[in-house]
Amino acid sequence: MACSKASLTPAFRPRPIAAAYRPVLDGVNAIFLTGQGDATARLARSAGFPYAWVVTPLVIFLALFAWAAAEYVRIYRPPPDAMPVFVVAKQWMWKLEHSNGKREIDELHVPVGRPVRLIMTSQDAIHSFFVPAFRIKQDLVPGRYTTLWFTATRAGEYRLFCAEYCGSDHAMMGGRVVAMEPAQFARWLEEGSPVAGLAARGFELFRRYGCSGCHAAGSTVHAPALEGLLGRPVQFSDGRSLIADEAYIRDSILLPRKDVVAGFDAIMPSFAGQMSEEDLMAIVEYIRSTGR
Amino acid sequence: MAASYLEEGYSLGSWLTTSDHKRIALLYFAAITAFFFIGGAAATIIRLELATAPDELVSADTYNRLFTAHGVIMVWLFLIPSIPSALGNFLMPMMIGARDLAFPRLNLASWYLYVGGGLMIITALVLGGVDTGWTFYTPYSTLFSNSHVVLTLAGVFVVGFSSILTGLNFIVTVHTMRAPGLTWFRLPLFVWANYATSLILVLATPVLAMTLVLLAIERIFQVGIFDPALGGDPLLFQHLFWFYSHPAVYIMVLPAMGVASEIIPCFARRRIFGYRFMAYAILGIAVIGFLVWGHHMFVSGQAVYASLAFSLLSFLVAIPSAIKVFNWTATLYKGSITLSAPMLYALGFVGLFTIGGVTGLYLASLALDVHLTDTYFVVAHFHYIMVGGSVMAYLGGVHFWWPKISGRMYPEMWGRAAAVLIFFGFNLTFFPQYLVGAQGMPRRYHAYPEEFELLNALSSAGASILAVGYLLPLVYLAWSLFYGARAERNPWQASGLEWQTASPPPKDNFDSEPLAVREPYDYWLTGDEARP
Repeated sequence: MACSKASLTPAFRPRPIAAAYRPVLDGVNAIFLTGQGDATARLARSAGFPYAWVVTPLVIFLALFAWAAAEYVRIYRPPPDAMPVFVVAKQWMWKLEHSNGKREIDELHVPVGRPVRLIMTSQDAIHSFFVPAFRIKQDLVPGRYTTLWFTATRAGEYRLFCAEYCGSDHAMMGGRVVAMEPAQFARWLEEGSPVAGLAARGFELFRRYGCSGCHAAGSTVHAPALEGLLGRPVQFSDGRSLIADEAYIRDSILLPRKDVVAGFDAIMPSFAGQMSEEDLMAIVEYIRSTGR
Repeated sequence: MAASYLEEGYSLGSWLTTSDHKRIALLYFAAITAFFFIGGAAATIIRLELATAPDELVSADTYNRLFTAHGVIMVWLFLIPSIPSALGNFLMPMMIGARDLAFPRLNLASWYLYVGGGLMIITALVLGGVDTGWTFYTPYSTLFSNSHVVLTLAGVFVVGFSSILTGLNFIVTVHTMRAPGLTWFRLPLFVWANYATSLILVLATPVLAMTLVLLAIERIFQVGIFDPALGGDPLLFQHLFWFYSHPAVYIMVLPAMGVASEIIPCFARRRIFGYRFMAYAILGIAVIGFLVWGHHMFVSGQAVYASLAFSLLSFLVAIPSAIKVFNWTATLYKGSITLSAPMLYALGFVGLFTIGGVTGLYLASLALDVHLTDTYFVVAHFHYIMVGGSVMAYLGGVHFWWPKISGRMYPEMWGRAAAVLIFFGFNLTFFPQYLVGAQGMPRRYHAYPEEFELLNALSSAGASILAVGYLLPLVYLAWSLFYGARAERNPWQASGLEWQTASPPPKDNFDSEPLAVREPYDYWLTGDEARP
């Protein structure tokens, strides 16, 4: 056909950008475009499109990857002074507890300008804590803690959604985040009938469940001391080690044989099925308070 | 001249016991069309409910069963078998100059498995349905769902074996039954695409089958596999599920790429640009596609390092896809383009696939995905790939090969009208979903805050246009079976071997064994100089 035999238009002559690929180009062409006599192949040979078409998107994609990855890593690095709030999700509500023991349902009050760190789990299906205005989302998985942090920058009310399908009333499992000026937040936090702080309740539970029988100082049982455990490196008997976080403490209570601390015997009984998620979080908060 | 395959027998028994790949293809066409409209009916009710913000039409539980039915039916009973099992079954042997697939009776068995599994899924639907979503996430599916989970799992499990058998059949056929002269690099890209798809079917589907069995074991016998209370891990299920289900996306879209690669050169009268690149890109997608499943889990609680690796690989898998889009576009360059109905569908495929692919990059970007995942942005993204991409290409392929399959021409103007209608209806349906998703509307909500109402109303309006667009071909293609003009052997002057035999072909496809002497897509020679 006549049209295919037309000479190349100037628009498809090699451009500087394509010419820059030239050294590797001829090799690629030798592999992929031999023995084809039509104008399209000539076009490919002369302008080096196949090669340019690999390298150009590659460069753009790698840049996008790096940018988005850097931001993502930041999302998973909470500042050390972040204010902890405990979140337990269930079908179909959010139960939240501040460290002074103040509880909320389907609402989260936070101060503007201060990093807030959510320590979250679910007591049934998987849920997902999603605040579109903050561009954050994190699944809450039964059997483990996941965390999320943010700093509210402007006072106001923001929608909270459950973003992971969780059954009948998934769409109704909403709520709101209320960001308040710090002074106003401090007043809000003290409102209502005074309750024991979360750590105090945790200490109470620590004794009631018998944890203190072994872990308290002066106990006759050989058990690791827990004061200031959060954030401390822990060495295990099998040679592994980690920095103790909430998930580690939770696992140690429910699955005591998973991570046995070096120098100790695996004698601790499991508390799986005996403690509610709220109780576990209170004990975690008590252990956190021992480090202050 | 031998009688056509359609005249080999008219009784129902002659169809249900046939081992002719062309007749089995028609059995598949009938079944997937029925399932497509059942899945479409579920989508229709979903869009009606979502036209307004409050829950008015159906209850929350009904809605949850509807979107699950829509997903399960469209994924396993329509998209996965659509192009490979229907078009591919008809065309693969013909394109390589063979008389049938390597295992004709296995081919029939795989249709029976498919229909049997499909009927199990439909039975579960009739009994009250399933409310887990097509993803069956644990522990919801094992501990909390009071619906027909196990029957549906069993149906999907059986359908999976149909996929495996079809994949096996294609692989053996392509390796052993190519016509003399038909070297690997003379194969049409449709054959390459279905070959790569078959590799995925054979390698990934068994993982799905095992995962579904584990799920059923946990649900029935309370054995701790995914349930943390019994010592299991819910994320393990997600890893196993997506290890199949992400490659499954490529099962759905690679054959569509194959279809576009046949149609575009034919109606641009150009050799496909960068043929070998296209073939290698298909294989590249099939291989890298196995290594990206974790990008569904960036906010699930998986390790940050895992997310980094999966994000990088997800960007890399986009490169062969990008190359393909560039090459289709370059094929048009200086072409002599006819905007026939198949070409309109194929061009629509390229455009919509590109939008779906580029928004896939948004979702591969880690920090951005934290906001966008599980919102309508994701819904819009995969509908652009699977409906805008795969369904457009499927319909393009049905029109392109309709003369070969039926021996009749479809009405061209109606074909073009439907293609244009579907393109506009599709964009009106799904583009607003990108916007409403970016604004934060989560998926799988039967009622939603009022600020999302306008975009949802637009989407529902688009869906009504789309519904008309999908019904049109059903009507005029059926009409053409009786009143359409008789088709020639090669009405499009296309280059593939399948066009060298009668329309419709005889039972054994070719009167004498064809010889492949030409390069693929030698459209620059289709003038007088190409004719022997």
